Amino acid sequence: MTYIKKEKTIEKAGLWMKSRPLLVRLDMELTERCNNNCIHCCINLPAEDSETRKKELSTDEIKRILKEAVSLQCISARFTGGEPLLREDFQDLYVYARKLGLKVLIFTNATLITPALVDLFSRIPPLERIEVTVYGMKKSSYEAVTRVGGSFEAGWRGINLLLENKIPFVVKGALLPCNKDEIDDFEKWAAALPWMHELPSYSMFFDLRCRRDDYRKNELIKSLRFSPQEALKFLIRKKNEHLKKMKEFCSKFMRPCGDRLFSCGSGHGGCVDAYGYFQPCMMLRHPDTVYNLKTGSLKDALTNFFPRLREMKAANPDYLNRCAKCFLKGLCEQCPAKSWMEHGTLDTPVAYFCKIAHTQARFLGLIKEGEKAWEVKNWRERIEDFTKEKAVVS
Amino acid sequence: MEIKASLNSIYKPSEDVVTRDIQGEFIIVPITSGIGDLEGEIFSLNKHGRAIWDKLDGKKTIKDIAKELSLDFDGAPEDIEKDVLGLTQELLKKKMLVEAGKK
Ligand code: SF4
Ligand code: SF4
Repeated sequence: MTYIKKEKTIEKAGLWMKSRPLLVRLDMELTERCNNNCIHCCINLPAEDSETRKKELSTDEIKRILKEAVSLQCISARFTGGEPLLREDFQDLYVYARKLGLKVLIFTNATLITPALVDLFSRIPPLERIEVTVYGMKKSSYEAVTRVGGSFEAGWRGINLLLENKIPFVVKGALLPCNKDEIDDFEKWAAALPWMHELPSYSMFFDLRCRRDDYRKNELIKSLRFSPQEALKFLIRKKNEHLKKMKEFCSKFMRPCGDRLFSCGSGHGGCVDAYGYFQPCMMLRHPDTVYNLKTGSLKDALTNFFPRLREMKAANPDYLNRCAKCFLKGLCEQCPAKSWMEHGTLDTPVAYFCKIAHTQARFLGLIKEGEKAWEVKNWRERIEDFTKEKAVVS
Repeated sequence: MEIKASLNSIYKPSEDVVTRDIQGEFIIVPITSGIGDLEGEIFSLNKHGRAIWDKLDGKKTIKDIAKELSLDFDGAPEDIEKDVLGLTQELLKKKMLVEAGKK
């Protein structure tokens, strides 16, 4: 009889083979402050805002949360912001999280990457590829986005430090009027990075301010959004690949979801904001949907509070007549968080996302000109026809 | 130079790894670089592997560990010894164990 299984005694961990831990990944928004001031940003507060800094969680409070996450069998922590590297205790928190046995995923603009930080990442690797957002290939476009002089040089210095020291990272873009003509250059450069196995992802349907704190900024963000037609043109620039992805996506995720507000996986993990409120998703900051970790625990939020949220039903007649019956749910970005950011409610259809979803669905042949997706009765057939379509000609 | 595991040596987990029990899965998470074959990997041990790992405590030799395990598991003692040695060798190669002495 074999004592150690013959296959492999050590195998790359294929986790949750038996069941899923209560918390797989914890998002930690270490600060809402940022040293950039991007025109499209839904969250940033000034880097030097000392009042905000005072309100942020202390080092010990963050460590306590990370420790609890590990006790719930969490595998990975995502450090995001604002700009997470702005926190003076970043290195301390990072090392602490890694020594607890967490993988750490860092979202950064790379401007604050220093030789000391790269040295730390070389000695204690994050075990997740760092994600860097690149705002432009030229100083003029980059800084037209970030509105901070010198950020172009700082961002690219950071990227080069990672590259030279072989710290695994991937890049993402934010598609804006001032950098959209640089996409080809960006993608060509990105493709040569050793850790980029796919095209970069882009943010393009920009969210409004998630704290609903600045009307003027919201007007600016709206003015930067791509029109549905422009967005479609961008999405289908690699038409066959796009169609292939969409077929897979549509068959898995598109269907009407009824009056339940949360049709996504939100609330199975969550995001701790900079002040200790646990949100079921990164964007949803409606006061009724956040849980105060200063007086409670991740476990209580995950086992009691979030499950109650997931049972929440929509009450807005407009939502019930449209979104609840609409088979584009899934393709459409409509969700409680978007509704909150746009309208301050959880269940108001967002006209911009509705138009985008309809434009995409028309292109895919799922609805006809003039048709409203929520009125379509034979949606199952339509999805089936679309996903079975064979030859795709570009 | 590759370090060879030997029956009379004592080993213990390296301080450069953390072990975790996730839903009954025993996993080894590297803390510092150079653990394992590829960056970014975490590893898991099956239950037999874990039984060995638990005994690699910096006190017992491989021979002692194999002897103890043969009380708990079926299998010829020489097979068990071979398996314990094999896994120790693999863990040493991946720098998840360090030598803590000899007898
Ligand atoms: S770098 Fe990121 S967090 Fe900072 S302002 Fe720009 S988009 Fe916002
Ligand atoms: S496409 Fe319109 S109706 Fe359908 S889910 Fe989105 S917002 Fe609601």
